[in-house]
Amino acid sequence: MGEAIAFYVIAACILGFAVLVISTRDTVHSVLFLVADFLFVAALYVLLGAQFLAVIQVLVYAGGIVVLYLFVVMLVNLKRPPEAHSDPHRLTKVGLGMSAAVLLELGAIAVYSSRLPATPPAPGPAIPVVGNTEQVGWLLYTSYLIPFEIASMLLLVAMIGAIVLAKREL
Amino acid sequence: MVDTLVIPLLKILIVLNATLVAVTYMVLLERKVIAWAQSRLGPMRVGPYGVLQPVADAIKLMIKEDITPVKADRWVFTVAPIISMVPALIVYAVIPFGPTVSLFGRQVSLYITDINVGLLYIVSVASVGVYGIILAGYASNSKFPLLASLRASAQLISYEVAVTLTLVSVILVAGSLSMVSIVRAQEASGVWFIFVQPLAFGIFVIGSLAETNRAPFDMPEAEQELTGGFHTEYSGMRFALFFLAEYANMIVVSSVATTLFIGGWLRPFPNVAALSFLDIIPSWTWFLIKSFLFLYFFVWVRATLPRYRYDQLMRLGWKMLIPLAIANLVITGIIKVLLLRG
Repeated sequence: MGEAIAFYVIAACILGFAVLVISTRDTVHSVLFLVADFLFVAALYVLLGAQFLAVIQVLVYAGGIVVLYLFVVMLVNLKRPPEAHSDPHRLTKVGLGMSAAVLLELGAIAVYSSRLPATPPAPGPAIPVVGNTEQVGWLLYTSYLIPFEIASMLLLVAMIGAIVLAKREL
Repeated sequence: MVDTLVIPLLKILIVLNATLVAVTYMVLLERKVIAWAQSRLGPMRVGPYGVLQPVADAIKLMIKEDITPVKADRWVFTVAPIISMVPALIVYAVIPFGPTVSLFGRQVSLYITDINVGLLYIVSVASVGVYGIILAGYASNSKFPLLASLRASAQLISYEVAVTLTLVSVILVAGSLSMVSIVRAQEASGVWFIFVQPLAFGIFVIGSLAETNRAPFDMPEAEQELTGGFHTEYSGMRFALFFLAEYANMIVVSSVATTLFIGGWLRPFPNVAALSFLDIIPSWTWFLIKSFLFLYFFVWVRATLPRYRYDQLMRLGWKMLIPLAIANLVITGIIKVLLLRG
């Protein structure tokens, strides 16, 4: 019961802040609402018993990536008025159509899956370690080793690419 | 009921109040020690030897006029000091001041909570504290605070990398992220981690000086270049919140250094039985003494060393501390694997 209440409160906050992120005119405010949104997502992880993921969510997204967003937003002056020829409503119909399609799809999935017999999730591989952090580490270095390594290669490539772009003459 | 609600709330109340009192007296200690270092007396007027100076300062700050610049971003301007202060205080939830002791016939642990990701929690909460500084500079809508806040946040982000890497090598040695387990690991191995990880300790101390914006790395507040730093436009209690957050962060890094490197609440030489008469002194006193020594060191450094130049600071962080911390981490990992095999 308590868990359900907590979930609905957190979910409402996540959606509310997400709406604020895209509806605010001031870009800095928008970035701030994004931080609040990430913090509530972390709270959702705690509710699911994934403390490690929650802390990493705060550390990487709220504390790391969005700080860089904020730097960019602060250093680039975005306070100029919208250009005359750009009509902010020119894509309204397309946007409405696409969101209607997504809503329809989600509804179809919900109806379809409610008709299926409930199957328990397949048991994962046996994990010989206890503790949240240990289990995440174990899975990353056994079942998901190749995706993990590919992701780290991708980050390395991005880093080298950024250095090459920033410094033409090394 | 008592164990799940009353005692934790009491603990939070005590820790928060003790922290705020400690913070105000930290300011007095700093003024006194720097005065002595410069052959002055320091505050002497309010109370004997100036011991009531923090009270006078607090009253002054509270009754001062609270000014918001006309062109400031009001909403963000108000929120920024709060964002600065809250992370500095909620970190105390996982700092272990002592082990579990029996108090009035009840088992009471001398920490608010012991979560299994304690150290990561501290790092992540501290990383949110950066927003207070960035937003204060931005919302003031003034040149010097903006420059100062850009400097401060670049400095914090750069040194966070080095400090976090040293923490990882401590985690490798201790085999746990929980603050209590890290102290227990030092008790079990009979040696403080400062002797196992001396390089990590050195990098941590330098990095934490930079992360708390302390001299010799106090560029964000360099008066000669930036007037008052990122909080130039703040006055009264809002300014006081930034000030308190800075000192609360100093106490946090001292507590973390105490816990990770010099045995937390353990007495000196926990494995030497001949020194067991030291156990008369309660464990939390050891913790406070050790943290106090760190805080004193912070003040000492400020009175001794001149300020770095900004490019020197960045060079030190990225080209010295981070490579050293990575090397330390790799070597620690290799030794750990060899020990596990052998």
